[in-house]
Amino acid sequence: MVVRDALTDDDVDRIFGALADRTRRDILTRAIERVQSVSALARQYDMSFAAVQKHVAVLERAALIVKEAHGREQLVHANRPTIARAIALLDQYEQLWIDRANQIAAILDSEGEVQ
Amino acid sequence: MTVISTVKDPENLTLTIVAEFDAPPDRVWDVWENPRKLEQWWGPPTWPATFTRHDFVVGGESRYHMTGPTGETHAGFWQMTAIDKPTRIEFINGLAGPDGEPVPSMPAMSGSVIFEELGARTRMTAVTNFLDAAQMDTMLAMGMAEGMTLAVGQIDELLTTAVV
Repeated sequence: MVVRDALTDDDVDRIFGALADRTRRDILTRAIERVQSVSALARQYDMSFAAVQKHVAVLERAALIVKEAHGREQLVHANRPTIARAIALLDQYEQLWIDRANQIAAILDSEGEVQ
Repeated sequence: MTVISTVKDPENLTLTIVAEFDAPPDRVWDVWENPRKLEQWWGPPTWPATFTRHDFVVGGESRYHMTGPTGETHAGFWQMTAIDKPTRIEFINGLAGPDGEPVPSMPAMSGSVIFEELGARTRMTAVTNFLDAAQMDTMLAMGMAEGMTLAVGQIDELLTTAVV
């Protein structure tokens, strides 16, 4: 099953726009950690419920989170199948290790100049 | 080029990176053993690490924190499980609580690093294994929080991955 077709430029703009804001990154982080109700999220921030709801809507439009009704609550969870999350995690760490290897090379190079 | 290859194995949550350096193994080893050198490369470029403890012996532990662009910090620890100078290091690397000490419920990964002499050069093979798939989401969130943001192609891959 293919989860989504390839992203358009507009999709990518929406994702980057959504992730450009620290509060929204924080909301996404919490939603990845566990399912959250919008009201529980709202209690975490020094802003109005409506403001938090707007942030959630931006993340939802970027398809980063999914909202579902659960009784009177609106529950928010991250929109990612497990294998995609595994790939995302390995991608993060791949970049981290490439950066680490390059930083090691830079240290060794600078030592080489001193010697 | 420093990085020779990377292999990602999502089923086993394992990442392998092979890199080669223009220095003999003892000098590459030193960037792991010497905490003042280690902290120059362990953190992501925008999250430099500070090692406040680095007992580089089997059974020894390290404590570090990484400081982000706006001053926020994330703490972590190492527990050394094998050290064969200058050929092999194995350690557990976990995220720490706010007091900088290990928290059992927090995600951990195992690291295994092999150093091979190639004339005057060194090949370093580092294998990272995420120990518990259930902790993957927290790792991902922490990574995001630590500025390890995904590039466009990676987000594309993330959202288009075929699921069996």
